[in-house]
Amino acid sequence: MDDVSKGYWSATLGLLGKILAVWFVVSFGAGILFVDVLNNIKLGGYPLGFWFAHQGSIYIFIALIFYYAKAMGDIDRRFDVHED
Amino acid sequence: MDLQTTIYLFVGASFALYIGIAIWARAGSTSEFYAAGGSVPPVMNGMATAADWMSAASFISMAGLIANMGYGGGLFLMGWTGGYVLLAMLLAPYLRKFGKFTVPQFIGDRFYSKSASTIAVVCLLTASLTYIIGQMTGVGVAFSRFLGVSSDTGIYIGMAIVFAYAVFGGMKGITYTQVAQYIVLIFAYIIPAIFISLTLTGNPIPQLGLGSTMSGSDISLLSKLDQVVVDLGFGQYTTTTAGSTLNMFVYTLSLMIGTAGLPHVIMRFFTVPTVAAARSSAGWALVFIALLYTTAPAVAAMAKLNLHATVNSAVMKGGDLYAADSSIKADERPDWMKRWEKTGLLKFEDKNGDGRIQYYNDKTKNADAKAKAEAAGWKGNELTVNADIIVLANPEIALLPNWVIALVAAGGLAAALSTAAGLLMAISAAVSHDLVKGVFNPNISEKNELLAGKISMAVAVIVAGWLGLNPPGFAAGTVALAFGIAASSLFPAIMMGIFSKKMNKEGAMAGMLAGLAVTLFYVFAHKGIFFIKGTDFLPMIGGANSFFGITPEAFGAIGAAVNFIVAFTVDKFTKEPPEHIQAMVEAVRIPRGSKLVDGAH
Repeated sequence: MDDVSKGYWSATLGLLGKILAVWFVVSFGAGILFVDVLNNIKLGGYPLGFWFAHQGSIYIFIALIFYYAKAMGDIDRRFDVHED
Repeated sequence: MDLQTTIYLFVGASFALYIGIAIWARAGSTSEFYAAGGSVPPVMNGMATAADWMSAASFISMAGLIANMGYGGGLFLMGWTGGYVLLAMLLAPYLRKFGKFTVPQFIGDRFYSKSASTIAVVCLLTASLTYIIGQMTGVGVAFSRFLGVSSDTGIYIGMAIVFAYAVFGGMKGITYTQVAQYIVLIFAYIIPAIFISLTLTGNPIPQLGLGSTMSGSDISLLSKLDQVVVDLGFGQYTTTTAGSTLNMFVYTLSLMIGTAGLPHVIMRFFTVPTVAAARSSAGWALVFIALLYTTAPAVAAMAKLNLHATVNSAVMKGGDLYAADSSIKADERPDWMKRWEKTGLLKFEDKNGDGRIQYYNDKTKNADAKAKAEAAGWKGNELTVNADIIVLANPEIALLPNWVIALVAAGGLAAALSTAAGLLMAISAAVSHDLVKGVFNPNISEKNELLAGKISMAVAVIVAGWLGLNPPGFAAGTVALAFGIAASSLFPAIMMGIFSKKMNKEGAMAGMLAGLAVTLFYVFAHKGIFFIKGTDFLPMIGGANSFFGITPEAFGAIGAAVNFIVAFTVDKFTKEPPEHIQAMVEAVRIPRGSKLVDGAH
């Protein structure tokens, strides 16, 4: 593997790691593991943990994918491997 | 105009629209038939993916299950959306770069083995067939209400329509029809939710209404619901979890990786023009899916509250739920209940002979509720409501206008049809393209290949319909089993094919077989061999949910873990893949040089 593709792949994996961390925290963390603690906080009429499980995690998933698409586009151009 | 005529009108008009589009966009070649020629723009592809994805399970069944399960139902919401993050980042762009149009083709090429591709076909067929069973259950529910027949007859009618419809179009036709179906189903889902949210909370946006206070009071809708259901002996709505925290965790994870491993969803990302488009396509798909998925919990909670309010007048007025005149008189029950009784999915039985309907949890562990029920002379719960009818009955429960009820019927059918069509495409591509052309008869003509595909669709519809008559669970639960199967077999193999350059064919094949076998073993132990009633073998594994209390629907994540472990172990002791395969993996990882999809082997 040459240096460019090595660098490209490690940049990609770095980005994936960061996004998956957020993905895990909002769903499995806030929505399941720490739901009872968060339920003590209220978001309007929603207990916060319940909100993450039934609403919040979905909104954050969407943001994550668009962020990923944009950040990957930047990485593609930085390593000059983008489509024309 | 009476209700039945309005329903015929809406359903008829929507079908005419789909058929019109299917004729207009008819497929001319195999590439158009299976991958729409790789020419669908991301936003439109996202919409079609959303329709393909949101099946009878999402539309008809999910909100009902959430209404039953409360907070624990969130596992469907998180599981079926979170998978798109995995799909967008781990699979879609790389499979698009690879540039073939079926999943077994990728596995066969990447693991340089026809056996690997055949195993992938077996995994794909198992997952897709199970999925279609869930669809047929949902179709049966929709047609039974819509035509006023039993749900078995509903399934027979559904089988005929689904088949005619899928054979006709091909991927290109299906893609454009699905865009129309998405629009129909999303309006059908959201409009009644807006009406109901407005009535209950004064807020027209259901996502906000669910977090608002009840109109004319300062108690929040969720606390009100919690009070009512707890008082009637059910579990508290906002905190009842699905089994245990561990079960909920692995269930959610199974649905997520299952989503990313489902062939009919993955296939969608072969229809976009570029790698960059594959990435954002997943995002657009999720936007369109989220419109329904964030509305569903509002529909669930509000329908549950409305249902209780219908049978018990003290729910809205306040006062004693157990007072004699709070429960509704049986002969004054609303028309919608009588209509649903005909389908057999809603049942009423006057156990204590007082001419009123008592709806509560008679198996409660809540001593307070139990004592009150006994004091009131209640002799057991008298109303049984199948969870699968909640969404379809929702506008009727809320007494919305006829056209809304008709729209929901059209939406439910759109959801079931679009998904069944997408699944049949995946099945027919796997059988005709990967099995017949790839393994048995490489010289088959294009015409015969399409014919083989259509025959396999027919077989799939019949098998699924037959099993749908005796479904292993509610539509959404059955569909969840399909996800477990995809999660344990296909997802790990595809992921290792991209992210591990050294993974060889022995490892991948052993992994797929082990993951599939262990998952099927656990599922069949609970649900019967191939879901045939009476062939379950629970005592052999030590009773239900014997693996750390994990339900069979949630087992996919465990199967996936087994798959990974077996694959890496076998890989360690066998020869590494040839040089040109490793070079291919490197090429797949980089977007530059992406070409249009082609079907050649």
